[in-house]
Amino acid sequence: MTATTTAPRTTTAAAPVRREARRGRVTGGLLTSLTWILALGFFFPVLWMAMTAFKQENQASSDPPTWFFSPTLDQFRAVIGESGSYVANSAIATGVSTVLVLLLGIPAAYALSIRPVEKVSDVLFFFISTKMLPVVAVIVPIYVIAGQLRVLDNIWTLVVLYTAMNLPIAVWMMRSFFQEIPAEVLEAAAVDGAGLMKTLRSVLIPMVAPGIAATALICVIFAWNEFFFALNLTASRAATVPIFIVSTMTSEGLFLARLSAAALLASLPVILAGWIAQKQLVRGLSMGAIK
Amino acid sequence: MTAVATQAGNLRRAQAQRAARADKHRYSRAERWRRRGPLLPALVFTIVVTQIPFLVTIWYSLHSRNLLRPESDLFVGLANYVDIARDSVFRQTALNSVIITLGCVLVAMVLGIVLAILLDRPFRGRGVARTLLITPFLIMPVASSVLWSMAMLNPTYGLFNWTLGLVGIDPVDWTSTYPIVAILMALVWQWTPFMMLLVLAGLQAQPKDVLEAAAMDGAGWWRTFGSITLPQLRRYIELGVLLGIIYVVNTFDQIYLMTAGGPGTASANLPFYIYQRAFLGFDVGQAAAMGVVVVIATIIVASAALRLIFRSFDVKE
Repeated sequence: MTATTTAPRTTTAAAPVRREARRGRVTGGLLTSLTWILALGFFFPVLWMAMTAFKQENQASSDPPTWFFSPTLDQFRAVIGESGSYVANSAIATGVSTVLVLLLGIPAAYALSIRPVEKVSDVLFFFISTKMLPVVAVIVPIYVIAGQLRVLDNIWTLVVLYTAMNLPIAVWMMRSFFQEIPAEVLEAAAVDGAGLMKTLRSVLIPMVAPGIAATALICVIFAWNEFFFALNLTASRAATVPIFIVSTMTSEGLFLARLSAAALLASLPVILAGWIAQKQLVRGLSMGAIK
Repeated sequence: MTAVATQAGNLRRAQAQRAARADKHRYSRAERWRRRGPLLPALVFTIVVTQIPFLVTIWYSLHSRNLLRPESDLFVGLANYVDIARDSVFRQTALNSVIITLGCVLVAMVLGIVLAILLDRPFRGRGVARTLLITPFLIMPVASSVLWSMAMLNPTYGLFNWTLGLVGIDPVDWTSTYPIVAILMALVWQWTPFMMLLVLAGLQAQPKDVLEAAAMDGAGWWRTFGSITLPQLRRYIELGVLLGIIYVVNTFDQIYLMTAGGPGTASANLPFYIYQRAFLGFDVGQAAAMGVVVVIATIIVASAALRLIFRSFDVKE
């Protein structure tokens, strides 16, 4: 490209640059390969669980491991046949508690951001401090009180507890979303003479809709996965999906394939929701701190 | 750029105005209650559901009470607390709690930083790689516990020993020989994506012009990382460690399902030990007293941690 007369000078100048570019490409390639190796390594146990779910029991716990097999849907059929009531209970506990969290949490967040009460930071401190209290410290009284109220093994007990468990997260998250609303919008609503409910419904809720979705996602994940309360407060009638997984572990016979099918199906709703809403997930996990 | 700046300016202005409005003039009584109205249902609900059981816990901790014989309730003063002070298992499980929590959070954070840095560079299929990497965090903890204890770490058919066998290492019964290591494997696997996501958010929030300026000045990768990226990441790392500790210190599922706290109480943490005392030993008084001790310890640690969290969330104190 360049004139031949200047060739010696260009080579001396361009060679290091080119060498550096090549080294950059090689390093880049290595880093990309490393990333993929780590990504596949982290994902591999999930893949293995999914593979095991399609095996027969003797293939699932064989030594050496079975890598090639003809997939069967037997385990899924068995799991779906047995898990109906557990799924229904989990759906109620997760769905109703999430709705309650939003109904209680959104107005509370409003009162901590847009039209603030006094001592906002004290109230916020109180909410977050309940998340720090270890659940084990209150499980015994909850068990005894629930027994006296005759609501042991009752799905509505879990609804109430899951609501309390997720409410502080929702208050913090929704507050962080409300605080992003520009003052002009609120002033305009006030000038129009809109009341609280009207302002909430027609101005604020639409503006923080993505925030509500993120909050709901986090509440659904935590409620759907919850095990400790379900283990201690439910028996046969109100048992949820995590309890079902544990119940597929029998003392006799092989069960790993069926267990894997149950574990995979149980995790699938959260996996799909998390994959789709990765951005909301980050914000939710940091309780709104990371935008 | 300017749009973002204006937006940020608006935001700050809005917050300042709101704060000023809240501080300057004291509201009338009616106005104060109008403001509290929307808050009260959530506040009352949270107080009733979380604080009443805790007060009952304190009450139980002063009694000798058995879950099977509720009529045998006897006031014993601080005897339960004296027993705890003498209980070497309590001390051991407290230590296990610290080891498991800090071990998990620190290892997961280091791995999370490495993965976040790798994911921060553009390459083909980056979205897919990130999606694969966050998946462990989305698996139901009960499912991941059984996945690790059975499919991965089982001494006869577990994949982990089989892999070690390929390089000539004899099979190890992980959950009974190294129970805490086994639990940490499952926990680190689950929490690394969480740390990675937070750190990645921090990396992507770096102002691009500063990085370009550093590159123009001929700063190498390590120098840029040390003097620009790391200080910027600090807030995100602190937040990740803090939230990680809050969640991981209450770990129950993995211990219950992978080792049942065993062998003996070698891998039990405090939540699991208290659970054992209450629901397998039926000793309500002891379990309640341990709960109270844990809460006091938590309050001490948390009040330091909360200052940090408030700074991260820009809540004015």
